[in-house]
Parts: sequence; C-alpha cells; structure tokens
Amino acid sequence: MSVADFAFYCFASVTVASGLFVVLARNPVHSVLWLILAFLSSAGLFVLLGAEFVAMLLVIVYVGAVAVLFLFVVMMLDVDFTEFKAKMAAYFPIAGLIGAVFLAQLVMVFGVWQSADGAAQMRGAPTPDPAARHNTAALGDLIYDDYIHLFQAAGLILLVAMIGAIVLTLRHRPNVKRQDVLAQMYRDPARAMELKDVKPGQGL
Amino acid sequence: MRGNQRENPVEVLLSDYLPIAIFFGMAIGLGLLLMLSAVVIAVRNPDPEKLSAYECGFNAFDDARMTFDVRFYLVAILFIIFDLEIAFLFPWAVSFGAMGMVGFWSMMVFLAVLTVGFAYEWKKGALEWA
Repeated sequence: MSVADFAFYCFASVTVASGLFVVLARNPVHSVLWLILAFLSSAGLFVLLGAEFVAMLLVIVYVGAVAVLFLFVVMMLDVDFTEFKAKMAAYFPIAGLIGAVFLAQLVMVFGVWQSADGAAQMRGAPTPDPAARHNTAALGDLIYDDYIHLFQAAGLILLVAMIGAIVLTLRHRPNVKRQDVLAQMYRDPARAMELKDVKPGQGL
Repeated sequence: MRGNQRENPVEVLLSDYLPIAIFFGMAIGLGLLLMLSAVVIAVRNPDPEKLSAYECGFNAFDDARMTFDVRFYLVAILFIIFDLEIAFLFPWAVSFGAMGMVGFWSMMVFLAVLTVGFAYEWKKGALEWA
C-alpha cells in the first residue's frame, strides 16, 4: 500500500465518520463543526485525485463561507431541541417507513443502472495529462469557452441569490441616524454657521 | 524514488504536499501532547462547590445562547457570493493566455451581472449595518 493509498483511506474514513456525526450530534453547532471536518477531509480526497483547485475551492468556499453561514443559520433559529427530540419518538415509525421506501427505490434504481459503451468519453472533456497542463488552467480552458451557458447561468443564480437575500432579510430600522458622506463633504463653514446679533438684555 | 521509472504525475503532485503533511502531523502531535499532558500531570480536586454559584450569586435563569440577528446571515451570504466570484476569476486568470475572445467576454458579462447586483446592494443600503 503506497502512501497515497494510506492517505486515501484516512481521508475517506474521516469523511464518512464525520458525516455520520453531523447527523448524530446532539448539539446543532457541533453538527456544523463535524460538517467542517467532512469538508476538509473531502478536500484532501480531491488533492489525492490531483484536482488541487477544486480542493482549495472546497476549503475556501465551503469551510470559509458556507460553514459560517450554516453556523449563523443554526444560531438564528430559536428551536427548542429538547422538545424537538421528544416529538421525534412519536414520528419515528412513519419516518422509518418513508426511509425504507426511499432506500428500496434507490437500490432498485442502482441495481438496473447501465452505462452505454463509451458514455464516459462522450459526456465529458478528457482530462489532460497533469504533467502537461495544470488542473486550474485545464479548468479555465473549459469553463469560459465550452461551458459558457452554464457559466453565465451561474452568474445569474448568484445575482438572484444576492437580490433574494436582500429582499428577504434587509429591514432598515426607523429613527437610526446614518452617515451621509456627500452631505459631510459639501458642508462648508460659511453656511454651517449663522451669526445672530443679540441685543443686550434680550434673548433670541 | 524519483527517476527510477516513469512516475505517475499525480504522485509527483502529491510529493509537493509532503511539507504540509509533516506540518499537519506536528500540529496534531503537539496538540495531543498538550492535552494529554494536562490529563496526566495536572492536579485535580473535583468538588461540587467549585461549580456552584459564587457566594451571593444565583443560578442561571436561562440559556446563555442568544439567537443571532438575521443581519449576520445577510452579511455572510453577500460574502459567499463575492467569494464565488473570485473563485471563478482564478482559473480564468490562470488560463488567460490560452483563451480566445469568447472566454474574455464571457467573464466580462459575468462580472457585469454581478456588478449590477453589487450596485443594487449598495443602493439598498445592505452594506450598512444599522
């Protein structure tokens, strides 16, 4: 067994185990932490495949951003998990039934799964030799030219996500004084001050 | 090992990660060493009084965890979107020399679409905290 094989088994078992703990952890914050471990070890799996860019993307985007988002969502939800757990026992039979049906369907689908001859060559771009072209550059050759429609669709999805998040969550509080930069810059002493001629013995 | 025969290119790539693996091993080893030495060496005298509320203090009424404001979520999701934009820029920049005009302009359109979103976000005041 080479070092790469050993590393593969390490990363794979950590991924599976931490995925299991995501589901089994009692505290939802701990679930998110296990999820981060699962992301990190699957990044290791991508490195073993030679897909360095995807691995680093997994670390930057999933560990750095998505996991933080999940943490915020978990902390934002005001769910009483002890009450939740108590109700879970009541729903367990029907949930188990649905799970069994779903599992049977999956087994039936994958049991009869057949690939056409040469399907693997037909559906994708062939991976270039890692020594000849770095994987980041190989990705760049494909995404922006051959898959331009998907790339533009990704841009539109990001735009929709941005606008959707703003529309759903942005609430400005009334009676909050905000900084108005232009008003500050256009302020000049001549108009900001006013001199009053106050007669002695009288107020304004 | 190197130079004996024609090596698998992925293995060459993995050998670049050896320093990271060594660093990781040392970090994990040092962390375990510190934690285990605390278990072995530290003096332990457990007593229920040590955990009770101090003198005139009182026990906690409620859970100390508070629910977060939804605005944190907005900041996080806006961050993710621009994070992904940068992630798309990276392979574009790396393979820029081998790319035709189509690749160049597709990225320009992508950036323009996200800039529209950025202008919307700025105008709506989503970047302001209050």
